[in-house]
Amino acid sequence: MSFLKELANRDKVFNFLIPEVSPVDVRHGPILYLEDVSVSFDGFKAINNLNLTIDDGELRCIIGPNGAGKTTMMDIITGKTRPDTGSVWFGSRHNLLTKSEPEIASLGIGRKFQKPTVFEALTVFENLELAMAADKRVLPTLTAVLNGECRDRIDEVLETIGLRNLRAALAGILSHGQKQWLEIGMLLMQKPRLLLVDEPVAGMTEQEMERTAELLTTLAGKQSVVVVEHDMGFVRSIARKVTVLHQGSVLAEGTMDQVSNHPDVIKVYLGEEA
Amino acid sequence: MWLTRPLAERSTRTFLGVLFAALVIVTVLHVFTPQDSALHVSAYTVTLLGKYLCYALLAVAVDLVWGYLGILSLGHGAFFALGGYAMGMYLMRQIGDRGTYGDPVLPDFMVFLNWQELPWYWLGFDMAWFAFAMVLLAPGLLALVFGFLAFRSRVTGVYLSIITQALTFALMLAFFRNEMGFGGNNGLTDFRDILGFNLRTDATRLGLFLATGVALAIGFVICRGIVTSKLGRVAVACRDAEARTRFLGYRVERVQLFVFVISAMLAGVAGALYVPQVGIINPSEFSPLFSIEIVVWVALGGRATLYGAVIGAVLVNYAKTVLTGVMPDAWLFALGGLFVLVTVFLPKGIAGLVFKPKKAAAPANNPDSQEATV
Repeated sequence: MSFLKELANRDKVFNFLIPEVSPVDVRHGPILYLEDVSVSFDGFKAINNLNLTIDDGELRCIIGPNGAGKTTMMDIITGKTRPDTGSVWFGSRHNLLTKSEPEIASLGIGRKFQKPTVFEALTVFENLELAMAADKRVLPTLTAVLNGECRDRIDEVLETIGLRNLRAALAGILSHGQKQWLEIGMLLMQKPRLLLVDEPVAGMTEQEMERTAELLTTLAGKQSVVVVEHDMGFVRSIARKVTVLHQGSVLAEGTMDQVSNHPDVIKVYLGEEA
Repeated sequence: MWLTRPLAERSTRTFLGVLFAALVIVTVLHVFTPQDSALHVSAYTVTLLGKYLCYALLAVAVDLVWGYLGILSLGHGAFFALGGYAMGMYLMRQIGDRGTYGDPVLPDFMVFLNWQELPWYWLGFDMAWFAFAMVLLAPGLLALVFGFLAFRSRVTGVYLSIITQALTFALMLAFFRNEMGFGGNNGLTDFRDILGFNLRTDATRLGLFLATGVALAIGFVICRGIVTSKLGRVAVACRDAEARTRFLGYRVERVQLFVFVISAMLAGVAGALYVPQVGIINPSEFSPLFSIEIVVWVALGGRATLYGAVIGAVLVNYAKTVLTGVMPDAWLFALGGLFVLVTVFLPKGIAGLVFKPKKAAAPANNPDSQEATV
């Protein structure tokens, strides 16, 4: 009977009526939490019992030789690949393994691809417009009107990524480095809580690299940033904490100095470079 | 408002201006010049032009999904034919007891097949509003179900094209069967009235021609409204970098489904206006060849421009009318040759030759352009 009474209570809001989109809960520290994640492709273990924790506001660099599973890890976090075992949590409330790519994106995880991927047939401005945090369902998108506030926000990001003069240019004519920047700008428009950046400085000049390093370090604190990079000089210039992946699991973790003096790391990775 | 935005554009205004001028000129030359004058436009020509305008609307619908969404549909003839059949069923019911067998309810072919009563799916088609709603709903529903299954499974590219081709082929085989109750091989024909107007008078034919022109104008504005909206830019984004679009938080499959259904409905309207003008609808409209021909019109006219589709549809069909009259056997060779020539020398189609848009939303299919630097 008490059940019926509860049903009749008009003030009650049932759990299933509460929308699932809730803020990311980072009270316990980590914003991203991967535990015992494994995935194999045709018997090849791309990720093998991977454990990784990223704290809120942290800037983390992930390095590792080719085939260490860096990109696969990003695919798992963004919902492109489902792991065979393990769990992946965003904050302490969102189980990423139950969500689709657009859902994960709208929760606040932005991703930059290894190969710069921008919409080449659209202008730089339009690229940023599409990336902007907004209602992304079909009909609201059809009737969307660009207001002054949004324009200001786009201008602000254009300034940050140094493409203000090219706002009306088609993204297809940009240089490789400029495309990398545009893609980072698109991530900024999404206002993500967590940025996953795959090889941001590939194909950049020394100067562009410096500016990218500057940008990523200013972002950390407000957002959490995970950078996958091959360029050791670049990693050294931005990293506070470095994770070394090898054969799909964590080999070492710590500051750049700790990591680069780690005997295992020297053996599998830095040793090859020296 | 997304629908009124295109009306402020110069290109849309030019298009609508040219279209309405053509409608007025044809009307004036048809009505006010004497029959024996060299300038006189005969009722036959008016209907022929009306047919071209139907094809133009169909081409615009195909360009919307192919040019802007990157979905090469080789089955749009199916939506065109479904709209046509919905209209044909209405026209059949309007015949009433004037058919050869004089049955007040059953169409002639059902009497011939010894059917005793009207199948359930023919009910309601005696009412114009119901039939006209079906012109939109039948193709729309098919596109919704088909698109939902295909896009949800992320079937794209050439596989999707093959499935659309199979879809229209399957429907053709089904509609050929007498048991389906759509007149089988012969289809639906022998129409008399539409909305109380005699289809065999010149005035009705002119009216249908003008209605088709207006439908083309409305369809063009709707498509233009979509492609100039933010959704149109998302569609281009889906076309060029689907994964990126998904990671930005857009549900690619829903964008595709929405645009695909709108396109199918426009194709249905084109089919519905086509049937009373040519006086027959039969399963040959479902033939895969016809659907491929539509794509050729769009490619020749210029993809991802919308007006290019109109130019392509009208020019190719005019050439078809002329050439099949002069040398019927050579037509397919001429079409094939034209297609090869345009693909090689005019990658942006005829529209790319005539108009040089300042900011082309044309697909970046040229690998060299990606290497270019500023």
